[in-house]
Amino acid sequence: MKRLLSVPDNASDKLEALLHKYRWVLGGAGALVLLVFPLFGFSQYIMRILILIAIYTMLALGLNILTGYTGMLSLGHAGFYAIGAYTGALLMLRLEWNFFAALAAATVLTGLCGLLLGFPTLRLTGTYLSIVTLGFCEVVRMVIMNWDPVTNGTLGLRSIPVPTLFGHSLTLSNHGLYYLALVLLALVSVCCVVIINSKIGRAFLAIKADELTASLMGIPTTRYKILSFVLSAAVSGLAGGFYASLIGYIDHNSFTFDVSILIVSIVILGGMGTVKGMYLGAALLIVFPEVARPFMEWRFVVYGLVLVLMMHFRPQGLLGRRSRLPYPFPRLARERLQARARSKDEPQKGEAAGITGAQ
Amino acid sequence: MLFQQLLNGLALGMAYALVAVGYSLVFGILRLVNFSHGAVYAFGAHAAAFLIGYSWGLLPAVLASVLLTGLLGVLIDRTSLRPLRKKHSPPIASLISTIGVSTILQNLLMIAMGSQKKSFPALFDFGMITIGTAKISWTQMIMFAISLVLLGVLSFIVHSTKIGLAMRGVEQNGKAASLMGIDNNFIVTFTFFLGGASAAIAGVLISGYYQVFYPTMGFMVGLKAFSAAVLGGIGALHGAVLGGLLIGVAESLAATWMGSAYRDSVAFLILILVLVVRPSGLFGRKGITKV
Repeated sequence: MKRLLSVPDNASDKLEALLHKYRWVLGGAGALVLLVFPLFGFSQYIMRILILIAIYTMLALGLNILTGYTGMLSLGHAGFYAIGAYTGALLMLRLEWNFFAALAAATVLTGLCGLLLGFPTLRLTGTYLSIVTLGFCEVVRMVIMNWDPVTNGTLGLRSIPVPTLFGHSLTLSNHGLYYLALVLLALVSVCCVVIINSKIGRAFLAIKADELTASLMGIPTTRYKILSFVLSAAVSGLAGGFYASLIGYIDHNSFTFDVSILIVSIVILGGMGTVKGMYLGAALLIVFPEVARPFMEWRFVVYGLVLVLMMHFRPQGLLGRRSRLPYPFPRLARERLQARARSKDEPQKGEAAGITGAQ
Repeated sequence: MLFQQLLNGLALGMAYALVAVGYSLVFGILRLVNFSHGAVYAFGAHAAAFLIGYSWGLLPAVLASVLLTGLLGVLIDRTSLRPLRKKHSPPIASLISTIGVSTILQNLLMIAMGSQKKSFPALFDFGMITIGTAKISWTQMIMFAISLVLLGVLSFIVHSTKIGLAMRGVEQNGKAASLMGIDNNFIVTFTFFLGGASAAIAGVLISGYYQVFYPTMGFMVGLKAFSAAVLGGIGALHGAVLGGLLIGVAESLAATWMGSAYRDSVAFLILILVLVVRPSGLFGRKGITKV
């Protein structure tokens, strides 16, 4: 029982335990550094990369809801990203909506697209979903390329306005975009944490662990799978809407299959099912091609290698926890178990044996 | 016009069937969608073009490239899938691993041969034949014939040889097959070789037909072939053939009626439709989840 709940037995477990123990200190320090970062006066190039990292972290968090929590792999998140970006951009350009309204609309619409796609396909097993989403992403690109009157075809959308807040433009030079990215990222992260610690999150994890058992436990699996898909798509749409405003120009080539692969790589590298892993994964994989300019053309080879090697040597990702229990207990139950393990006088053998047996 | 498109579709569809068979074989045995198959197909075309470029002559070059591509399939299994099987990793791990392999292969091809479209030598360019109102080129006829013969050979291997018996045994129940003295790993290796080799032949045929090849060519064809495999019932050989033909015909009909811009999306629409209406495909057995 004790071995089950604590006592790290090797170096990586010790690191995990250390990270977990000081998670508030580390998180607070990280947040503080991010908040005061613009004061150091870095160039716009660096700030732009930081914002890109934030965007990809959001995308990875979105995919993480689907892949990390519910255990289904989507290879078409670039499609949702594109829908979000185009919706946001078109609403701002053609209807002159405010950025935040457009962003909200992009999020909702992308979620609806997720619902439309998820409804027919999610009753099937995971591998089919991967292929269907991959096909979906290509269909989205084809629609973008050929629906000239709305999407302007292969020429793309130009001069997408920057966000404005109470009459002030948020740009790279006044760090408005940077702080906006931070706020959105924080919002998405908090949502993810809240979701995973709720009843919904536990249902997701149960589906990931064993769908059949989950449905036997009375979880309406199809409904939760679709919910997970919709949430995941909506977060990608949010990231897309923000991206359009940051870059100011989008076309069909911004949302290729390579982007989907990059998002998957981030999730795998960081650690499926963790929030902090997404930050690390996005930072590493976005910074890598910028640092290693001579190896620019090799970067997708590296992304592929990341996938293969991680699956081989550390399938739980850099910051992922290898759960020793079938699924992480809610805190209350965990504390109760620990208390019970400490005072051994109670005759609770049946319960304890049940848990150990499930390991 | 209709008849013409039908003929075009049949010729192309037969080549798709060759790729689809590769998905089907591997899926039957490992219950895994081999994502790297499209990249393997592209590799086959590149290897053939490269060797033809070195004036190897057509036939030796194609044979060598088929062999090479088959070996590449084996290599992929050995390096990225077998270790995962040994560790009993969850299925999603193997899937992600093949996606990684696909990305690596495609980008290595880009680095080695350049990402632009290059012209592939025309194969069997003996002119056209007129049948009624439609015209069909010798290239198409020979593409159809070669694919048909190869699919026959594959079907013979699977259904009438000892190793094919072993393959079917592993497909039905791997553990029981290994108790009967079948070396599962060898069967998987052999399956990957067959899949790779047929993909390479399809790669040469389709490149010869369009007279163009490029590193990302496997992406679209891989998706279409997968749709074909699912349409026919993944795991069933004759299903893959019929699925390939249907996808090929649907594609050329769509190119006429909906405009060529949307021809590539037809396969996905069919795929989604099949998954909604009849997920087991035309000839697939309905999978029973055992508790």
